[in-house]
Amino acid sequence: MGVVVFLIAFVAVSIPLSWAFRAALARLLPRDMAYAAGTMPLTAAFGLMVVGLYVFVALFAPLLAPFPERAVVGSQFQPWDSTHWLGTDRLGRDMLSRLIYGARNTVGIAFATTALAFLVGSLLGIWAALRGGWLDQGLSRFVDALMAIPSLIFSLLLLTIFGTSVLTLILVIAAVDATRVYRIARSVAQGVVVMDYVEAARLRGEGTWYLIRREILPNALAPLVAEFGLRFCFVFLTISSLSFLGLGIQPPTADWGSMVRDNATLITFGDVTPLLPAGAIALLTVAVNFIVDWQLYRASGLKERI
Amino acid sequence: MTRGAPLLTIRDLTVEGHAGEDWQPIIENMNLTLHRGEVLGLIGESGAGKSTLGLAAMGFARDGCRISGGEILFDGIDLRKASERVKRGLRGQRIAYVAQSAAASFNPAHKLIDQYGEVPVLKGQPRRKVAAEAVALYRKMQLPAPEEIGFRYPHQVSGGQLQRAMTAMAMACRPDLIIFDEPTTALDVTTQIEVLSAIRDIVRDHDTAAIYITHDLAVVAQMADRIKILLRGREVEEADTRTMLASPKEDYTRSLWAVRSFQREVQPPATGQPLVSVQGVTAGYGKVDILHDISFDIHAGRTVAVVGESGSGKSTAARVITGLLPPRAGQVLFEGVPLPPDYRSRSRAQLRQCQMIYQMADTALNPKLRLRELIGRPAQMYLGLSGRALDSRVRELLDLIELEPDKFIDRLPGELSGGQKQRIGIARALAAEPRLIICDEVTSALDQIVQEGILKLLDKLQREFRLAYMFITHDLATVRAIADEVVIMQQGRIVEQGPKADIFSPPHEPYSELLLSSVPEMDPDWLNRLLKTRSLPGL
Repeated sequence: MGVVVFLIAFVAVSIPLSWAFRAALARLLPRDMAYAAGTMPLTAAFGLMVVGLYVFVALFAPLLAPFPERAVVGSQFQPWDSTHWLGTDRLGRDMLSRLIYGARNTVGIAFATTALAFLVGSLLGIWAALRGGWLDQGLSRFVDALMAIPSLIFSLLLLTIFGTSVLTLILVIAAVDATRVYRIARSVAQGVVVMDYVEAARLRGEGTWYLIRREILPNALAPLVAEFGLRFCFVFLTISSLSFLGLGIQPPTADWGSMVRDNATLITFGDVTPLLPAGAIALLTVAVNFIVDWQLYRASGLKERI
Repeated sequence: MTRGAPLLTIRDLTVEGHAGEDWQPIIENMNLTLHRGEVLGLIGESGAGKSTLGLAAMGFARDGCRISGGEILFDGIDLRKASERVKRGLRGQRIAYVAQSAAASFNPAHKLIDQYGEVPVLKGQPRRKVAAEAVALYRKMQLPAPEEIGFRYPHQVSGGQLQRAMTAMAMACRPDLIIFDEPTTALDVTTQIEVLSAIRDIVRDHDTAAIYITHDLAVVAQMADRIKILLRGREVEEADTRTMLASPKEDYTRSLWAVRSFQREVQPPATGQPLVSVQGVTAGYGKVDILHDISFDIHAGRTVAVVGESGSGKSTAARVITGLLPPRAGQVLFEGVPLPPDYRSRSRAQLRQCQMIYQMADTALNPKLRLRELIGRPAQMYLGLSGRALDSRVRELLDLIELEPDKFIDRLPGELSGGQKQRIGIARALAAEPRLIICDEVTSALDQIVQEGILKLLDKLQREFRLAYMFITHDLATVRAIADEVVIMQQGRIVEQGPKADIFSPPHEPYSELLLSSVPEMDPDWLNRLLKTRSLPGL
């Protein structure tokens, strides 16, 4: 019952908030962007608002958090009170502070990983589609071979070889995810490279970089953007599962995935605190996908369907 | 003529389309009556509402459109009030629709005969009986090997055969009304005749009523009993075919009739060194040769029209000249100097000299680039223009192609009409300041009034810049309008070549004769006469 009431209240609050946020954006942004902002659906405004909030929290974590990230400041598993708003965890660290620092670590790493995977995957995919022949065959079969290995086992292998630091974590997950992005980028680009305008650009003597950047990428963007939203969420899950296995983000760094695991015992006592990091992941996932949907709608020209 | 109640009556029909925030009328206050066994021709430019009216006759409106007023009575059933179930029962059974591009309308994953039988089998007819009927209809449609053609997949038969198979499919349930939406527009003249005569026979034999939508007047003259002319969603006039052809009442109709009158000035025969000289070229894909020992010259300031059916090697010849397909033998000379066979090894200056304009402006212009970059890029690359100089060059080019620079420079291709897109294709070619422009079927996808505009523009530009054109087309009327010299191709060989006057006056080679006589004329008896005088190939 309480959950239902909470959900209704949440929706009831977020609708006027999103509406106000959209109106404010339309008023404050320069004119060419204001039109896009003014006509976006409420869901997209909500998504932007949530992502903006996360970014704000991540950037100003040290100022916002009442306690340090790693210090033990109380006894174990304290309930919610006025000093520790969300209680403490199994070592006595402040939950709220760790939640705030977690935004910085988890979201930052997930975003960097996804962005890197997309940069590498889509450029290689489009390049392979454009050049064709042996290069395409070589790259694609190599990627197929990588994809044949279960991604979790493959990541574990790489992390064991290269050691666990944040940088290797980002590189390893990006490498595994880039293979998926490569497949999509290549198949979309294969549909674009046969167009007459690409032929015209080739006959004009354009270089590979121009062809990729101006002729193919803009026309392959819609499915890639959609995939970005989905991949971003998967990367979260991958980081969480690697953390669970002890190869992800290393303690005592705060990370939403491991925070759920560490405090899971509390759920048996009817306490929702361990679910808050999971809720934070879920909310961000929903928000990102709202924005992606909106961008997809704009990029694919669905609105012009008559 | 004594006839019963009309089969189809449309009264006061209004169809609206969703544009931005509000509804714009596509068809307004349209009236139409059609009796059994009668063929009504619908003519108009693109955007006139022909197809919308055709679909409305089935009680159907496309996505984003709605039928907002009037009455559609089919054999006493009011299609606007009928439930979706009743309408679904009528469609395919009593009303059938033949789309413009059979190649795009067939499901490539199923055999023809399975698609033929889909509706009848669904309505409970035994499969074997349906198959037997299909074979009978295929035979009637003069398809080769009627017993086995149904067991092929759509990509295994030619475009003309597919269009006939589609007509046969429309006949499957013996409908009372068939709507033909430009069924021959995508076909060659020689194939077109086969499809036209097949359609006409089958409509006559089954006493079917038909609505025949086209923008080709000469075709409709052969097919229709009555002609209705549409302009921007309104009726201009309607009359008997013969009356309409002999004495059109409205100015607009007369302008349609006069559209093919464009004729460029005759140029004196070219002399001196040719600009481009194709010498003994043999080329092909894989192990198959498409071109066999082709030679022809193009002189500066002249137009060479390359004519032939699809598959005759016209476009392949263009690909050899541009360097997309290196020839197996022979060479291409540019002002006496051999060009490297592969475009990748040509210099920028060499690439610049030869530009292309494509048939489908939709796929030839990058939909995500604004006109400023689309047109400006060649000027930027070849001439090194940038900043203000580039901007003014783009404006100059837009002026040349008769589009207002201020209005168009920041538009995307999606915001242009078909004719405007083709003009942008021309501007992009011009921006490189080339000597030769290869026009690959540039007017085939456009309707006649727009076609004339494009041809006039090309002619103007040719005189201004002394451009040479290689004009690839299957439309002989276009050739007559703009060519200096004509090359007729068949199956990768040149059948006949020479100045236009020689090619269009007898004596002809047999193939040229066939091609020339296949061009529809604006005479309702033309097809009958033609069919009497020749036994058609493939029939």
